[in-house]
Order: sequence, then C-alpha cells, then structure tokens
Amino acid sequence: MIRVWNVTKRWFIEMGSPPLFYRWSSKITSWLGILAIIFLSVGLFWGLLIAPTDYKQGDVYRILYVHVPSAILGQSIFMFMAACGLINVVWRAKISGMMLKSAAPIGMSFTLIALVTGSVWGKPTWGTWWVWDARLTSTLILLFIYAALIGLYSSIEDKTKADRAVSILSIVGLAIIPVIKKSVDWWQTLHQPSTFTLTSSPSMSPEMYQPLLLCVIGFYLIFAFALTLNLRNEVIDRERSKNWVKQIFVN
Amino acid sequence: MNPLRKQRLYALIAVLIGSLLATWLVVSALSENMNLFYSPSEILGVDIDENVIIRAGGMVKQGSIEKSKDSLSVRFTVTDYQNELIINYEGILPDLFDENAGVVVRGNLKTDGTFKAIEVLAKHDENYMPPEVAKLIEVKE
Repeated sequence: MIRVWNVTKRWFIEMGSPPLFYRWSSKITSWLGILAIIFLSVGLFWGLLIAPTDYKQGDVYRILYVHVPSAILGQSIFMFMAACGLINVVWRAKISGMMLKSAAPIGMSFTLIALVTGSVWGKPTWGTWWVWDARLTSTLILLFIYAALIGLYSSIEDKTKADRAVSILSIVGLAIIPVIKKSVDWWQTLHQPSTFTLTSSPSMSPEMYQPLLLCVIGFYLIFAFALTLNLRNEVIDRERSKNWVKQIFVN
Repeated sequence: MNPLRKQRLYALIAVLIGSLLATWLVVSALSENMNLFYSPSEILGVDIDENVIIRAGGMVKQGSIEKSKDSLSVRFTVTDYQNELIINYEGILPDLFDENAGVVVRGNLKTDGTFKAIEVLAKHDENYMPPEVAKLIEVKE
C-alpha cells in the first residue's frame, strides 16, 4: 500500500517537472481541443435546437446552456486555483504557481460570461438587466477577486514572489465561493434557487438537463484545453534560460 | 511531512479560517440588509415614511390582477400566504408576470396601506419543463 502511494507520489511529482510536462502535454493538447469541440457542439446543438421549450419561459431559457456551465466553471476554476495555491505555498512546486497564473484569466472570462449571459437572460424574464441581489453581487465580487489576483501577479517583478502572493490571495478569496453558492438560500433574491441539489432530484426535465450535462463537460474540456495552452507558454517563458528549452528551439 | 512544510500548511489553514471568519462576520452583520425585498408580513405594522423607496416581494395572488381597459395601470395583490399587500402600478409588466408567480416591486408605501410601484420585476422559479409536462401536472392537481 505504502509502495503504491510512493510510486503515485513520485509519478505525480515527475509529471509536474517543467520539461516533462512540456513533453507529455504536447500529446494531449489537440485531443483536449477535439473532445471539447465534440462535447460542446453536440451539447449546444441539442440544447439550443432539439430540447423542448420551457412551459413558462419559452425559448429564452435556452441561454442557460451557456450561462450555467460558465457560472459553474467560474467558481470551480477558483477552487482549482486555491488548490494550486496550497501546493505552491506548502510544497513550493514550481508548476503549481504557473498553473495558478495560467488559470486566472480563463476563470475570469467564464465569470464574466456568466454575468453577461445572466444579464441578457434577466432582461426578458425579470424585466431588468441588473439588480443588486445577493447572488449577482457575490458573483461580481468573485470577478473583482479574479481581477485583483491578475493585477497582483503582474505588479510583482520576481515571478517566484508573485506566485507566493497570488497563492495566498487565492486562499483568502476562497471564502467567497460558499457565499455565492448559498446566497439564494440565505437571503431573498431575485435570482431563483438552485435547480440541481445533492439532496433532491433535479427540478428540470431529463430531456433538458441531459444536453446541459454535455455542455458542462464541454466547458470543463475547454478549460483544460486553454489551461494547457497557457501553461505551455508560461513554462517556456519562465524556463527560457534553461538548457532543455534551448535544445527544443535550436533543433 | 517535514516540519517546515507542516508549519506552512498550518499557517495557510489559519489564513483560510481567518478569511472565512471575516466573511462570516460581514455576512451576519449584513444579514437583513442582504435581502433584496421585504415580504408583506415584514411591511405590515411597520411605520415606513411615504417618501422612502423600498422593495416588496411575494407571490401574485390568484385572481387579483385587475387591468385597466384604457390605460396601462394595473392593480394586484402580493401575498406571502400570511399577509397581503395591494400594489398599484402603471407601466409595462415583464413577460413572466402572472398569477401565482413571484414578483418584486419597487416603490413607496402609501399611508392607506397600499403600495405604489414604480418598477415591477418578475421572479421565475427553478423549475424547468416542457409545456406538455406542465399540462399533465396541472391535470393531476
């Protein structure tokens, strides 16, 4: 048992060494891209054109096939970044800092997409583009935390120090995630409560949530794809004075 | 785990707990103010100045919508199933405004206890289903 653990640990550490990561990631990048396109095109086609209309909202509800996955991603990318931050602070793994930095703009984009699509959805259904209710406001705060992370990173010259600083900020910022999640239960909001909960069956017809599931997986794949691309650039940029990088670009 | 790493881990956990605690303090201090609107029960019996703009919300009572024939003015009752509030509004209603649907209104409370709304927003619930399924449920009920 301990042997298995040690082997996994060593494998995990080796995968994270910049030159090795650069080598193995080149093999999976295109596959991630292809898979993302397949899942997204099937999910969106199914959701936008085949799934039935809603009894109350008609066709306008279909925007949730973009809104819901981007909101989910905006929050889970932040949790992913906090995990990277933890690894970076405690174990000082070089790649975790690069990963945090590469994930931030992607997470911020998804949060922005969630806010914009939510706004577009709110106008015809609620009757307003924006309202300062708990769910919308806490999501806006998440967007600002992303902006703060990116700003903090770029304001520190020394990359290792910048990594450490954003790692700690990502742990501090993590506290907003449960607030966003529970905002619709704790307070009276204009935003509706969660459709999907762990405790009860979803209050959405299966023919509507099946394509949504595909879209969510597709969005996660897009994230993995974009993260790999960003991270490869970051690795090359930070290791540009190392021999292994020179060898790649000289040959 | 070597002692240095353990120390860093504990420090980080302390940071997280501190941040959670701070957030919790802010959230509990704001608690009531974080609500977007008051329910009819909360408004009832409270002395609110006529000029203060507030938000009220609840469900539109079945059969309470009275639309004027020659203008955009409409009168309806909002209920939280305990108390009711009569709303007067003049303007265009959102598409999802309906009986037994959630609504949030912004405006002021008149001295006679009715509410003069300057904005009506429709709430929609977390249920999504095709029209045929909705019809089946209605028949069953």
